[in-house]
Amino acid sequence: MTATVTLAEACKQYGRVNAVQDVSLTLHAGETVALVGHNGAGKTTLIKLMLGLIRPTAGAVRVLGGDPARGSASARRRLGYLPESVSFHLALTGRETLAFYARLKRVGPKQADALFERVGLAPAAVDRPVHTYSKGMRQRLGLAQALLGEPRVLFLDEPTSGLDPALRRHFYDLIEELRAGGATVLLSSHALSELEGRTDRIVVLDSGTRVADGTLDDLRREARLPVRVQVRFTDGKGQAHRSFAGRDWTRTGAGSYETRVDAGDKIALLQAVTQAPDAIADLAIAEPTLDDLYVHFLGRAEAGR
Amino acid sequence: MTNLIIIARKEIQEGLRNRWVLAMTLLLAALALTLSFLGSAPTGNVGVGRLDVVIVSLSSLTIFLIPLIALLISHDAIVGESERGTLLLLLSYPVSRPQVIFGKFLGHIAILAFATLTGYGVAAAVLVATGAVIGAESWSSYLVMIGSSVLLGAVFIAIGYLVSTLVSERGTAAGIAIGIWLALVLIYDMTLLGILVAMQGQALPAGLLDLLLVLNPTDVYRLLNLSSGGASALSGMGGVAANSALDARTLVLALVLWTVGPLVLATLAFSRRER
Repeated sequence: MTATVTLAEACKQYGRVNAVQDVSLTLHAGETVALVGHNGAGKTTLIKLMLGLIRPTAGAVRVLGGDPARGSASARRRLGYLPESVSFHLALTGRETLAFYARLKRVGPKQADALFERVGLAPAAVDRPVHTYSKGMRQRLGLAQALLGEPRVLFLDEPTSGLDPALRRHFYDLIEELRAGGATVLLSSHALSELEGRTDRIVVLDSGTRVADGTLDDLRREARLPVRVQVRFTDGKGQAHRSFAGRDWTRTGAGSYETRVDAGDKIALLQAVTQAPDAIADLAIAEPTLDDLYVHFLGRAEAGR
Repeated sequence: MTNLIIIARKEIQEGLRNRWVLAMTLLLAALALTLSFLGSAPTGNVGVGRLDVVIVSLSSLTIFLIPLIALLISHDAIVGESERGTLLLLLSYPVSRPQVIFGKFLGHIAILAFATLTGYGVAAAVLVATGAVIGAESWSSYLVMIGSSVLLGAVFIAIGYLVSTLVSERGTAAGIAIGIWLALVLIYDMTLLGILVAMQGQALPAGLLDLLLVLNPTDVYRLLNLSSGGASALSGMGGVAANSALDARTLVLALVLWTVGPLVLATLAFSRRER
């Protein structure tokens, strides 16, 4: 795999605030990477570093073989960027806006116009001024400009926030197409749950430091979050339930009890629980959700400070 | 070079779309027309060309108006785009920051030049149409006035950019722009006049007065337009000009430097700006 973006112990300070701290990261061609973290965790700062809009206080950033802050035009032409809540010059129409950005990237008007269809911006909307656009239409126009010139690297900052589910799916389909074409796609999000099955790798960022990096499965394995097992007994009463099958159970309702078990001990527990099927009215197993995972990583970083 | 033109073109496109160009042209034309007809009343037949009268009144007005218009379109060129979020995206494109500044400058100057040329041109055309006889010298003074008005606009556009790159909020930029306008257009001259009065007729050393005049672009403009040809007799600036070592070429050079200086500083400030 070819590395397209490399960060080596990159730091960025604003005054006394460390927006990004010692972040090392390598992105490859044909890879979709999600950057996850709270608002203000340093996602946007990291993207700005990779775009060369700001210079690292320490460390090094290389994008497509060059220093982005020096801004070689040929490398910049192969970058696509969709800022968080993108905005445009409101008086111009969608077509004029895209034509302006296309000229700056030396992309022909025909190729630019073809992008409207690709992002699903209706022909009727294209020649209307941008100030009449809805959030979704603006976001589509924003994606169209990011796709100008078949970028090798795409930075999408919170691309799906505030979009309806249909549009969100369309967005991820487009991203998948780009990835299949060999582009590196980095997208930031504060919702881990919508990324399942969409990304190859997830990088979790907290207070400017990288707290996790890997596939969702890696993250799950590393977090070792307990599985919750819930049991409803046919006989609602009885103290015996609290120590059923040799474990501590907490009562969650009439006859319902819950316990947490490590993923490795899950099967053994289920075996023990189902020894006496008659005593059990219902059984539910809740695997840790992505949100649990998110809280785990960000909570751990919290405790480490 | 291409990037400059692309950015300039977008500025012009926007100026046309939000009717800035139209408003400016109409305003300048209306004022020029009003002055050329009001201005013709007192002259009668005193031997001063009608166009010379227009030059005096129009350039006095230009000193107030053009800097104001120029600062109005330039003060939020950078900070405004930064606040609206469009700057971030623009800078991620293959354009350098100096290209952004100079491209915008090109566009704004084109808008201002078009408005001035059309607005003041209409006034002259109407004068000719009403049968006024205008000498060649008056024509050249008129052209100098139009040219130097655009140059004065360039000075204040450049100053506006400098303000715009240095502050982080639009409101601050607007406040500073108004302050600069007041200082250079009103307060500076009043102070200078006050000093001259306080000295009770003792002349300032000519070199010092020249320096003080050159330090304010609006005075350079005034000196350039009110001290030559038929206008000098009308405006009283002739007296100042007679004692001055500043010729037209030096004055134009001063205006050019007043443009280039702030523009270069704005470019430097913009390159250091991290937002």
